[in-house]
Parts: sequence; structure tokens; C-alpha cells
Amino acid sequence: MQELLRRYGSGLTLIMCLLVAFWLLMLVIVPNITLFEQSFRPYLPVSEIGGPRDVYSANNYLKVFEGQVTSSLFGIEFEIPVRVRTFLLTIWYSMVVAVLCLMLAYPLAYYMAKIVNPKSLPTLILLLFIPLWVSEVLRAFAWWIILAFKGPLNALLLAVGLIEDPIRWTNMGFTGVVIGLIYTYVLFMLFPIYNAIQSLDTNQIEAAEDLGAPWWKIHWRIVIPHAKPGIASGCVMVFMLSAGSLLVPSILGSTTSQWFTQTINETFNDALDWNTASAYAFLLLILCTLFVSVAMWLFRVKLSDIAK
Amino acid sequence: MHKTRQTLAHVYMVLFLIFMLAPLIVMSGAAFNDSKLPSIVPWRGWTTMWFSEMIADERMMWAFANTLWVAVAVALISVVIGTASAIVINSIAGRARTVLYGLMISTILIPGVVIGISTMILWTKMGNAVGTEFFLFNPGLHLSVLGQVSYIAAMVMLLVLARLQSFDAGLEEAALDLGASHAQVMRRILLPHLYPAIGAGAAVAFFQSIENFNVTQFTRGGADTLTVYVFSKVRAGITPTINALAFLLICVTLVLAVIYEINRRRRARIEAAREAEARRAEEAML
Amino acid sequence: MSAGIDLENVCCDFGTFRAVDNANVSIKPGEFFSFLGPSGCGKTTILRMVSGFIEPTQGTIRIGGNDMKGQRPNQRPTALIFQNLALFALMPIWENISFGLEVRGVDKATRRRKAEELLKLVDLPGAADKMVSQLSGGQKQRVAIARALAVEPQVMLLDEPLSALDLKLRQHMRAELRAIQKRTGVTFIYITHDQGEALAMSDRVGVMSQGRIQQIADPREIYNNPVNGFVASFVGENNIFTGEVQQAASGMASFATPHGQFRARLGEVTGKAGKLYVRPEHTLLSATAGAENAIPVTVGDVSFEGNFITVHATSDSGATLTSELRNDGSATVPALGAKMFMSFDAARAAILPDANVRG
Repeated sequence: MQELLRRYGSGLTLIMCLLVAFWLLMLVIVPNITLFEQSFRPYLPVSEIGGPRDVYSANNYLKVFEGQVTSSLFGIEFEIPVRVRTFLLTIWYSMVVAVLCLMLAYPLAYYMAKIVNPKSLPTLILLLFIPLWVSEVLRAFAWWIILAFKGPLNALLLAVGLIEDPIRWTNMGFTGVVIGLIYTYVLFMLFPIYNAIQSLDTNQIEAAEDLGAPWWKIHWRIVIPHAKPGIASGCVMVFMLSAGSLLVPSILGSTTSQWFTQTINETFNDALDWNTASAYAFLLLILCTLFVSVAMWLFRVKLSDIAK
Repeated sequence: MHKTRQTLAHVYMVLFLIFMLAPLIVMSGAAFNDSKLPSIVPWRGWTTMWFSEMIADERMMWAFANTLWVAVAVALISVVIGTASAIVINSIAGRARTVLYGLMISTILIPGVVIGISTMILWTKMGNAVGTEFFLFNPGLHLSVLGQVSYIAAMVMLLVLARLQSFDAGLEEAALDLGASHAQVMRRILLPHLYPAIGAGAAVAFFQSIENFNVTQFTRGGADTLTVYVFSKVRAGITPTINALAFLLICVTLVLAVIYEINRRRRARIEAAREAEARRAEEAML
Repeated sequence: MSAGIDLENVCCDFGTFRAVDNANVSIKPGEFFSFLGPSGCGKTTILRMVSGFIEPTQGTIRIGGNDMKGQRPNQRPTALIFQNLALFALMPIWENISFGLEVRGVDKATRRRKAEELLKLVDLPGAADKMVSQLSGGQKQRVAIARALAVEPQVMLLDEPLSALDLKLRQHMRAELRAIQKRTGVTFIYITHDQGEALAMSDRVGVMSQGRIQQIADPREIYNNPVNGFVASFVGENNIFTGEVQQAASGMASFATPHGQFRARLGEVTGKAGKLYVRPEHTLLSATAGAENAIPVTVGDVSFEGNFITVHATSDSGATLTSELRNDGSATVPALGAKMFMSFDAARAAILPDANVRG
């Protein structure tokens, strides 16, 4: 604080601190506190707000456990509340997306950092960036076209002879959603890992090679440990973005692939029950944060490593 | 090694690029297909009618205008807040820095759904509490702006902070020593150094805002942005006007990317020439 | 215009660490004054206190007779040249130089004219529209000086500005700096850890160690008559003998050491214990022992360095000694392993106390 004053004087320091305060208080902390508070209030007609029935309760949260459905896992059938199931599936498929993105992005990140001719790297990065600049809804829409029953993917596979009958891609559970999420978020995995690998001294790789290490061992013992912060931040980003995505599941989802954000959206915008929606949103925030914290603790990375 | 593995790596890169770019090509191609459904198969012949239909689509044009002003507002506010935050973070230390920095970064990870709902609830509740009909407290795109700023400012902050790390605080002292006021130091020394990052931050903020859906969906009231409009179109049976729009957006992106790249190369050339001159001067002296 | 600077009992603490302890010095207007000392001795802290970036914990700093207490850097009649020069890379040279005028609201044409004048003064005409990255190290140096001169300071403060340059350029710039100082008549305060720089350029030098000023004198005095062991060994080389003062009379004393009995000038030694310092170039090597101050040695290592010859020898009592012989063309180079006598003039050797530090 003293350094701030010394470097920029009291007037500018005051202005900058007010800006930071406005951001963090008015746009982040207070809204979330309000969300939390609202989530414990019942959904009432306007005339009854503040009335005797407007008391705090955990009812909104308990709604998560309403409405049992039958589900099966490994052949065992069991009853589970529908929203709990939606939530668990959302978490599960977000993890699947993160892992698949990691598998797809790691080789390319290594290629960009250590193999490709540095002269063509800017062009390559530019080409990769183009889809990122094109809006998310259009990227999902592009896959909606490709995966259509009479779309180009089926046409291509039929022409090559890999399949005999066209496949209903968007009606196969979470297939469409997972493909769409990977396409949309794989770059958020690629660039952190690329940055991390790039800072690895190439001599270390060559030294390991010189000592006779096979290629997989070089990756396992040298490159991956060095790239861990990048991998962790990529995984956290992709997981959070996937779990919080609303567009992709809405556009590419099938009748059986309900995403938790869709549940929240329906509660908020269709049922207009802001209070229950608040409870769900808060659950999403807390449980995802918990999940990510545990993962970060397991892999021993800090929040400050996540940046960039 | 490596010949085979090297070849495999190149092949993988090409496949990855196809995976990233093919959907965009398919989407653009469908804009020219004379078919009621947006697809490239079966090909029913060239047409540009989807472009004229797009221009005629008033709702889309309206949404387009909305998107632009929201994006400009988000870029402006985020740049101001993000730059101030980066400067503050850069000159504090210890626990306060850790806490503030963590809080700022965590906004990027908060699901957009949560940001949207919480922003909406806070401002409408404040309006109810004060009992005012002032527009700020009603649902609408201005709330979308505030919601989007809450995490986009963090992205700007990260970009500016990275640039600040290469800033020599000695320059500020030199300017102060020469008699500059704090405001003059900020305007003539610090900000010019940060302009590249601020520019990049503004671009990122602008594009992030354009593609934002989650926050907007929960705060927009009745107004449309392009993303929301396209979303509703995709859900309710589409004509390829969306493809025409997508094609134009991709073209704009490409042109901007090429301009950026040309500019970057030109600057690198100029800088290399300057350094060569400095080396020659050095040698001439000895 | 130039002003004198007075430091009266100036102290500066960083937490519990005392960076500058009770500094007293009076620098005359137009003087070229250097603070010389190893890194961490407090010299940069003094400079930053004079320029106003740090406030002294105690004591008074006066510039031109005015107390500087509470004056911010931009209110003081000083201009600082930074160790890394701190040129503004995004401005062309002339804007760099005239920045101090720009922030004072001087109009553009005047600023431009002033910048061109100053560029001529520092011998860099025609560089006005170049960018900083187009200049060599030496040229950047001159721009930094011109920028500092533009605000017509009464005092210039230079923080090791030559340390980034390579040897040859550094020597060239020494003469240049000295010439610019004489031309402008501005008081220069120069910070360095390089004794050669300090001795070559300064009117007076203040040698510092551990936050204390050890000695203030002109360069010859510093080299020839150091007041204590720190100054003697920081500035130049020495042969050092530890021993005991025995008889003292009229500034001379006899001194008993394990290597023999010597006679030398007596410095401000309290008590009997002390050290005797004699410079290698003040010693002689000869085949026969002289009247006094002669030590029998065996020549160990001889290195021929052009203008002089350095001889490392071991005394019979086990001390390692160095002798520097001027190469006047006729000097014979001692043979390896030769038995000789090293001797020195009593007037050229001194018995000195250790450095002045807090007890």
C-alpha cells in the first residue's frame, strides 16, 4: 500500500483502489452473498414478499432430492433423485471432457513447443486461434450441422464405407455434448500446457535422450512433471467451463442428456422461480469449487498457477 | 529419433488443424447452399440469397447492434478496471496480494450461470429496496454488461499484469526526478508501456463479450444479443441466414488476424533494424 | 548554477538495519564528489536520500543551504542518472531529453531547440529523432546525461552509470563525464564501487563501509594516506603485517611482528595492537639487506604485466608478500626460487586501526 502511494500519489491510488473495490465488492462478493441469501427464501407472489411466510428455510435445497428416477450402473438398478443424477452426470461428463481434451492437446502442445519450426509457429497459433475468436454459439452450431442425421459426417462415413446406415449422433446420450464441449474448450487446455512446456529447457530433454531414456520415459519423468502447472490449469479451466456451459448442451444435447445448467435455466427463465434457481446455482458453484479444490490439492497446484 | 515420430507429429498437427477448422468451413459452405436446411450435403447449387435474407432480418440486425454496444461497454469498463487492478496488484505484496489476486482470478472460474443469476438478483433487489424504477435496477443488457465485466476484467488484469512485469519501476522514478507529477508519470510513462497489453485486453474483452451467452441469458430482460438470437434460432428450426452471418464473422476474424500478423512482422523488422544500428554504433566507437 | 550539499548527522534505518550511520559531509558547489565503497555500504542510500526517494531517519540534508525535509524528488534541484539509465524506450531521443521541460509546460519548439543544444553538448548531434534502441551503450549514456542536464539541475546524482559498459568504453566515458562536468560547472555526486573511476574523476572521494563514511579526502590523499585499514585495503593492494606498537615518537613508531621488527608512520591507533600496511609498489627487492625494514624472502611466482612486474614471494617466517616493480626497461626480472630481501621505506608504510564501525 505504501509502495502504491509512493509510486502513484494519493489521488491516483484512491481512484484505482475504488475501481478495484467496485469490481470485487459490487460485481463479485455482494452479488454472491445476495444469491446465497436469496436461495434460502421461498418463492412467493410479490404481495407476500416480506410477509409472514417469507422466512428462511432450506426448502429450495431440498428440492434437489425430489422426484426419484430409476438408474443403472454396472447392471445394478437403483433409485436416485433426478436432479442429483443430472448433477452427477454433469460432473462426470465434464471430467471426461477434461481428460479427452488433455489427451488431444498434450501431444500438440509438445509439438508446438519443441518440434515445430519456430518460424511457422506464429502462423500455426493464428490458425488455431481462429475458432476461438468465432463465437461459441456458432461453434456449437457448426457441430449441429456436421452431426445432423443427414449431415456431412454421416455422408462422409457412408461414402468411405465405414458405416452402412447413418447414425443419429445427437440422439446418443451425451455423445454430441461431449464432442461439442471438446471442440469448444480444447484450446483452453492447449495453450496453458504449451506455455508450460515452452519454458522447459530443451537441453534437459536432450540430456535424457543422451542418457538413453526411451521417449515415453522422457515425457513421464521430465516433460509432464515440468508441465504440471499448465496441465492442472488446463484441466481446471476445461472442467469448470464444461460444467458451467449452457449453450453446447442445449444445442447438441439429446433427449437423455440433461445438463445441470439446463435445469437451472429452466427453473430461472421458464418456471421463473429465482429462489430455487439461486439454490441450484449456489450448489453448482460450491460443489464445483470443492471438486476443483480437492483436485488441486491432490495434484499439489496452487490457484496462482492457474492464471494463463 | 526420430524420423517416424517426427512425421507422425506433423500428421497429428494437420489432423488437429482439420478438426479445428473443418467445422468452420462446413458452416461457411452451408451459407451458399441453396437448401432450406443449413447443410452442405446434398449440394443444391450456389446462392447468395441467405445473405440478402440476413440483411432483411430486422431482429437479427437489432441483436447485432445490441451485441456491439454491449461489447464496447464491456471492453471499456473491463480495460479501466483490469488495468487499475493490475497496477494495484503489482505494487502490493504479502497476504493482501495473495488474497486479492486469488479473488480476482477465481472470477474466471465462476460458472456464467452463477454470475448471471447473482447479478440479476442483486440489482433488481436493490431497485426494489430503494423503490425506484430507474433503468439500472431493471433487467436489461446493462446488467449483462456488469455481469460480463465481473470476469472479463480479470482477463484484462492478467494481460496487463504480465506486461507490467517487464516494466522497470526505475522509469517512474526517473520521470518523478525530472519533475513530473504522478498523473504525468501515469500518462506519459506507465500507460504507454502498457498500451499493447491494454489493446490486447480490449480485443479479448470485446470478443469475450460478443460470444457470452450464460451471463446474458440470465440478465438480458427481453433484449436480444446475437448469441441469444442465434441460440433461439438454432432451437426453433433454422434457415441458413445464421450461416451467412457466421461466414461474415469468420471473414472479419480472418482479416483482423492477418492484419495483426502483418503488423507484428513489420514491428519485428523495424526493431531488428534498430538493434543492428546500435550494434554498428557500438563497434564504430571501439 | 550549482549548489553545495551538506549532510549533517544523517542516519537512515530500514527496520532494524542501519543503512547509513551518522554521515557528515559538506560538498562544495561545482565539485565532483564520489562516494566509493563495496555494495551494501550505504552509498546508494545516501544518493536516494539526497534525491528525495528516501527520507533520512535522522539528520538534515541541505542543498544550496535549504533544508530538503519533506521535499519530494520532483521538487528538488537535483537530477538523478540511474544505474540502468532508465531511458524512456517509447519516446524518441529528443522527447527523452526534453521530458523534464515537457512536464513543466514548456512549448514544443523550445523543447526541441533545447534538446538539440544538449545533444551538441554531449557530442551526439543529429540523434534527436532516433529511438533509444538505435543507440549504442555509450550513446545512451550521453542521452541520459543530456536528459538530466535539461532541467538545469544544481546537483547531478550519478548511480554507477558506467557499470553496464565494457572496459574500454568505460575508460573513454570517464574522461567524457569529467569534461561535461567541467563544462557545465554543475555539482556532481558520483556513486561507484570502482576505485579506479573514483580516483580518476573526482575532486574528492568519500570512502564508505557498513553505513559509515571512513575518510573524505582528495584521491591522492585517499591512496597515499588512508586513515584506516579498510580504506587502505579497499583502495589498492597492500602487504599487511599484524603486530604491536612498541616505541612511538614524532609520528613514527617501531612495530614488532612475527616477521621482524619494522619502523613506520603511526596512524590513529588506540592501544598497542595494530596492522602495518605497505603497498606492493612501495617495496624493493634486492640481493642484500638494507638498514631497516628488510625481510628475507624466497621468490615464488613472477608475472610480467608489461608496464610493471608483479613478484609473489614467501618470507622465511612464512608470510606471503607481493612486490610490484616498475618496468623501466632495465629492471632485471628476479629468478624463481631466488633468495632476496624485500624492503620498504618507513615513510611509505603506515600502522593503522581497523575500519570505523559501530562497537
